[in-house]
Amino acid sequence: MTTTAPLDAQARTSSPPVSGGGRRSALGRIRTGNGLVFVLPFLLVFGLFMVWPIVQGLWMSLTDRSLALRDTHFVGFDNYTEAFRDPDVWSSLGNTVFFTVISSVPLVLVALAMALLVHSGLAGQWAWRLSFFAPYLLPVTVVTMIWTWLYQPELGMANQLLDTLGMAPVGWLSDESVAMWSVAALTVWWTVGFNFLLYLAALQSLPATFDEAAALDGAGAWRRLWSITLPQLRRTTGLVAMLQILASLKVFDQIYILTKGGPNGSTRPVLEYVYDVGFTGYRLGYASAVSYLFFALIILVPLVQLRLFRRED
Amino acid sequence: MSATAATLRTRRRPPRETAGSPLLLGHGRLPRALAGTALVVLAVLWLLPFVWAVITSVQSEEDVNTTGLSPFKGAFTLDAYQQILERGNVTLWAFNSFLISALVTLITVVVSTLAAYGLSRGTFRGRKALLGVTVAAIMVPPQLLVVPLFDQMTLFNLVDTYAAVILPQVVAPMMVFILKRFFDGIPKELEEAARIDGASELRVFRSIVLPLSRPIVAAVAIFVFIGAWNNFMWPFVVTNDPDLMTLPVGLATVKDAYGIQYAQSMASALLAALPLIVVFLLFQRRIVNSVATTGLGGS
Repeated sequence: MTTTAPLDAQARTSSPPVSGGGRRSALGRIRTGNGLVFVLPFLLVFGLFMVWPIVQGLWMSLTDRSLALRDTHFVGFDNYTEAFRDPDVWSSLGNTVFFTVISSVPLVLVALAMALLVHSGLAGQWAWRLSFFAPYLLPVTVVTMIWTWLYQPELGMANQLLDTLGMAPVGWLSDESVAMWSVAALTVWWTVGFNFLLYLAALQSLPATFDEAAALDGAGAWRRLWSITLPQLRRTTGLVAMLQILASLKVFDQIYILTKGGPNGSTRPVLEYVYDVGFTGYRLGYASAVSYLFFALIILVPLVQLRLFRRED
Repeated sequence: MSATAATLRTRRRPPRETAGSPLLLGHGRLPRALAGTALVVLAVLWLLPFVWAVITSVQSEEDVNTTGLSPFKGAFTLDAYQQILERGNVTLWAFNSFLISALVTLITVVVSTLAAYGLSRGTFRGRKALLGVTVAAIMVPPQLLVVPLFDQMTLFNLVDTYAAVILPQVVAPMMVFILKRFFDGIPKELEEAARIDGASELRVFRSIVLPLSRPIVAAVAIFVFIGAWNNFMWPFVVTNDPDLMTLPVGLATVKDAYGIQYAQSMASALLAALPLIVVFLLFQRRIVNSVATTGLGGS
C-alpha cells in the first residue's frame, strides 16, 4: 500500500525537536511513528470482547460447562454429535430456514417496488421515505408491542378488519400454521426500510443515458423497466438479498418477545433454542456447540453467493 | 474514499432527474396515476400500525376494551401516558438507554477512528494481518458471542452492571473498516506539509484528518447510537435488575405484568419510539446518504 510513504518520511525527518525535547524521544517516535499506538485501544477491546469469547466459546463447546455447576469436564465432540441427533435442533433449524424464505423474498421485492415507485419522481419524496423507513428505527420491543395489539384475537385491528369484511377471525399468533407468517409480516413492516434505502440509492446513481436513449427509440415505461432498469440493479439485488438472508437467519429478538417460540415450538428459531438451552437449561457447553454449528452454516451463505456471482460473470 | 466525500456533499441536493422525472414512467398519465395509487396504498399500510397505536394510546382502558373497529368512539384522554410517567420505570429505562447508548457511541467512535487511522497510515508490523482479522470479524454474528461473553462477565463479576452492557458493544469492526476506507481516500499531501512542520501524528490526526472526516464520523456515530439504543439480546441476557435495564429490555420484561392494558402498552411503546423518530427527523439526510454511500446500518 502506498499509504506507508509519509510515515516513513516522517520517521526519517522527525529529528528536529519541536515542543520540548522530551516529547521526541526514540520511544515516542517508535510508538506514534509507525501508528501502532492508534490501534492499541481497538486491539484491547477486540481481543477482550471478540477474540476471547470466540476462543472461549469453542473451548466451552467441547466441555459440559453449566451455569449451575462449578466443575467443567472436557467431553470432546460429544456436544456436537448430540446436536446432530437432537430433533429440536433440526426443527428449530427448519423454522429458521422457513422464516428466512418467507421473510427474505418480500423484503427484497417490496423494497424494490417501493424504491421504484418513489424514484419515479412523484412529489413528497421526504414523506414517502419517512413512512417506509420509520419502522426500521423502532426498538424491537416497541414493534412487538404494537403488533401484539394488532394481532390481539378479539379487539386487534387485524381480526376487526376481517370481521368488517365478514370473514372469520384468525389466530394470528396462536395457530401453528399461521404464527410464522405473522412474524414474517411484522418483520417485513419493521425492516423493509433499510433495503428500500439501498435500492433507492442505487437507482439514483444509475446513469440516465440508456434510459433516455430507449425512451427516444419509443420504448414504453414497462419495457424500459424490464430491459434497462432491472438489469442495471442486478448487483444491488445480489447485495440486498445476501444481507437480508444473513439477517433473517439470525432472527431471535422479535420471535422471542412475540411468541416465545410458540405455539408448540412452531416459531422457535435456532438462536432461541441456543438461548433456551444455555440460559434456561443451564447447559452452556451444549448451547455453544449448537451456536458454532449454526455459525458454520451462516458462513456458507456469502460463499455460495460468491460462487453464483462468479459463474454469472 | 474521496468519492464518498463527494457524494455525501453533492447528494445534499436531490439529483435533478428524480424530481418529476419522466424517465421511468414515460409521459403517459395512466402509469403515473397507477404509481401514485400504489405508493399511497403502501404508505397507508406502513403508517396504519402507528396510527392504530396512537389512537389506542389516547383512550381509556375501558373504551379500548369495548369499542369496535371505529376507534374514534372513545373519549380522548391522556390517562395512559400519565399513569406510565407516574410509575416512572419507563423514564428510568429511557435514562439508562440514553446513558448506555451515549457511552457506547462515544467509546466506539474514539476507538474506531483511532484504529482506522492507524490501519490507514500506520507502518507497524502486522498491520495487514490486523486489517484482515478486522474484516473477517465483520462476519461474526454478535449472537454467537452471547454465551461465552456472559461466562466472561460472570468471571469478571460484572453481571448486572452498566459496564457489562456497554463494553462488549464497543467492538465495531464494520465501523473501523468503513472509516479506514474513508481515511485512505484523503490525500496525503495535506498531512505531509504538517508533518514537515513537525506536527505529531496525533496532532495531524486531530487537526487535519478529523475535520475532513466529519460527515463520515457523524454517520458512524448516528448508526452506532441507533444500534445501541435498539440492541436487545445482549442487554437482555446480562441484566436482571430492572433498575439497570434499557428501554427495549425493560418493556419486554415487564410488559407481561400489564400486557392486558393496551392503552398503556401503546403509550409506553410510543414514548419509547419517540427519541429515534426525532433523531431521524433531525439527521434524515445524513442517515439516508450514509446508507446510500456505505451500506451502513445493516444488522
